[in-house]
Amino acid sequence: MGDPGPTGRFGDFGGRYVPESLMPACLELEVAFREAWADPEFHRHFESILATYGGRPTPVTECHRLSDRLGIRLLLKREDLAHTGSHKLNNVIGQALLTERMGKPRMIAETGAGQHGVASATAAALFGLECTVFMGEVDTQRQALNVFRMELLGAEVRTVTSGSRTLKDAVNEALREWVATVEDTHYCLGSVMGPHPFPYMVREFQRIVGTEARAQCEALLGGAPDVVVACVGGGSNAIGTFSGFVDTGARLVGVEAAGGAAATNGVPGVVHGMKSRLLQDEDGQILEALSISAGLDSPGIGPEHAHLGAIGRAEYRSATDEEVLGAFSALAETEGIIPALEPAHGLAWIIAEAGRDIPAGSSVLLTLSGRGDKDVAQVRELLAGGR
Amino acid sequence: MPEVTGELGAMERSLRARRDAGSKLVVPYVMAGMVPEWIEVLQAVASAGADAIEVGLPFSDPMIDGPVIQAAGLASLGRATTVHGVLDALAGAEIGVPLVVMTYYNLVFRTGHRRFAASLRESGVAAALIPDLSIEELDPWAAAAAWGGVETVLMVAPSSPQARVAAIVARAQGFVYAVARMGVTGERRALGADALAVVRRAREGTDLPICVGIGISTPEQAAEVCEVADGVAVGSALVRRLLDGEGPEGAARFVARFREALGP
Repeated sequence: MGDPGPTGRFGDFGGRYVPESLMPACLELEVAFREAWADPEFHRHFESILATYGGRPTPVTECHRLSDRLGIRLLLKREDLAHTGSHKLNNVIGQALLTERMGKPRMIAETGAGQHGVASATAAALFGLECTVFMGEVDTQRQALNVFRMELLGAEVRTVTSGSRTLKDAVNEALREWVATVEDTHYCLGSVMGPHPFPYMVREFQRIVGTEARAQCEALLGGAPDVVVACVGGGSNAIGTFSGFVDTGARLVGVEAAGGAAATNGVPGVVHGMKSRLLQDEDGQILEALSISAGLDSPGIGPEHAHLGAIGRAEYRSATDEEVLGAFSALAETEGIIPALEPAHGLAWIIAEAGRDIPAGSSVLLTLSGRGDKDVAQVRELLAGGR
Repeated sequence: MPEVTGELGAMERSLRARRDAGSKLVVPYVMAGMVPEWIEVLQAVASAGADAIEVGLPFSDPMIDGPVIQAAGLASLGRATTVHGVLDALAGAEIGVPLVVMTYYNLVFRTGHRRFAASLRESGVAAALIPDLSIEELDPWAAAAAWGGVETVLMVAPSSPQARVAAIVARAQGFVYAVARMGVTGERRALGADALAVVRRAREGTDLPICVGIGISTPEQAAEVCEVADGVAVGSALVRRLLDGEGPEGAARFVARFREALGP
């Protein structure tokens, strides 16, 4: 998982498909990122904020009771314990530092479940930046509490009413806003998606998840686990995790929502500035992803995931809403951890395949990308409805 | 089968001739399929004095379009518009001026570069404008377009440094689309200060006709920008009238006002 070069290519995927108005900003951002990432002082600052403010390193927790039940050895990389409750903070701290370095006073961001929006609002508050978060109208209703959180943190939340009024349209609206305000505004994209350099840059900021987990697995297992699992919407926690294990013998498995399985059901195409695998119809119209978890409702995966899938280094599977609810409850009941619905997809696949596709006795690392507080109200309704 | 010709394309030939004869160019935008009588709208707009017409092919995720063109695209997709439906309709119609299809790259990529180019050619469409296809990513389409005999209109923006402007206009065909302001398509009260500057910068590298678009809403703005530019592209202001139900006659009246303001 190396440098995608000046054209931002991961095999056939990636690239930079944006209007000419935005091309200079993408080029400028790439230069700024490469300079910063080559600067030891930037790294020191980044890592110091993540340690003293973000709570890193996050631990790896061994799930004894659930492991016994499943007949495997299950470890969780606890991104739910990072400040703001998910891995998203890693990326926004990196991008906020870069925004400051580029001399821009304002950040914009898109959000689906609200995790990236909350993290962006948090980083903006920490750095004294203005922040506007775009969120689809459907998602502002599903995640009303996160809207209030962002407002508490001083961000403006703009409700997006165009298109399907979900994450994909929030990205479109953020891109449109960026075109109009690019001179003083940085677009803090939340996943390994979008035009180059975002998929590369966001991976580098999330690499810390995999780097820590690799060392922690080394200490616990004496080597890499047999299987490394992470959920995939756009795929930032998965890319960050995989980057720590891609050079080991570990199986890498990304788990998508069955209602938005772009790695499995998508075909190559171009949207949001990147070439990747996308859910689309025969004419090339982009389809809406629909699942229990707004954070995974992306019509495409990050281009590097499309590439890892194409070369066979990573596998992509999916979990249904019902399996996810089961996994959500199972982790709460057996381990005292309420997971976000997104990583509950990864756990759902593990539970379904333990002793089958995952041989008994295997060691399995799951990145628990976020905590489930934001989802408790929704799950309560779903479970009540199911009874 | 399309064949490569070394000659100027139909769009460039036609617009150069008009420009060289001292006329200013009016290039209206109409979203294909947004109203049932959209072909009649194209014909009415051509008769009212358009020199070329941009025909929008609707895309689900139009990155550079503001609310009006988005609404037209949704209306069109709601009427089950497809790429082939639009091109078939154009193939069977006599419009009278060269057409440039404006759409996003995924529709081209999904159809296949060569198949898309051949379909345009067979439908009598002279050119394509694909705003999310930067010159860095242009090669696969440019090769297919050359093979199919389709011109590729390219955009220059206020943010483009001079070296990029030079590289873009060197590859542009038909005309150069100069983006008047940083932002999405939509009507604006006043011309941005960028509008004239970007035309002057483009002019340094090309003698192609240069049309200004994005935010040109009134005949007065068109006249102002045409002191420097060769013409204007008018989208949202016209499309809004069509969304309001003005029909072919209303579209013709609107375009005629631009024709009048810019001279014959």
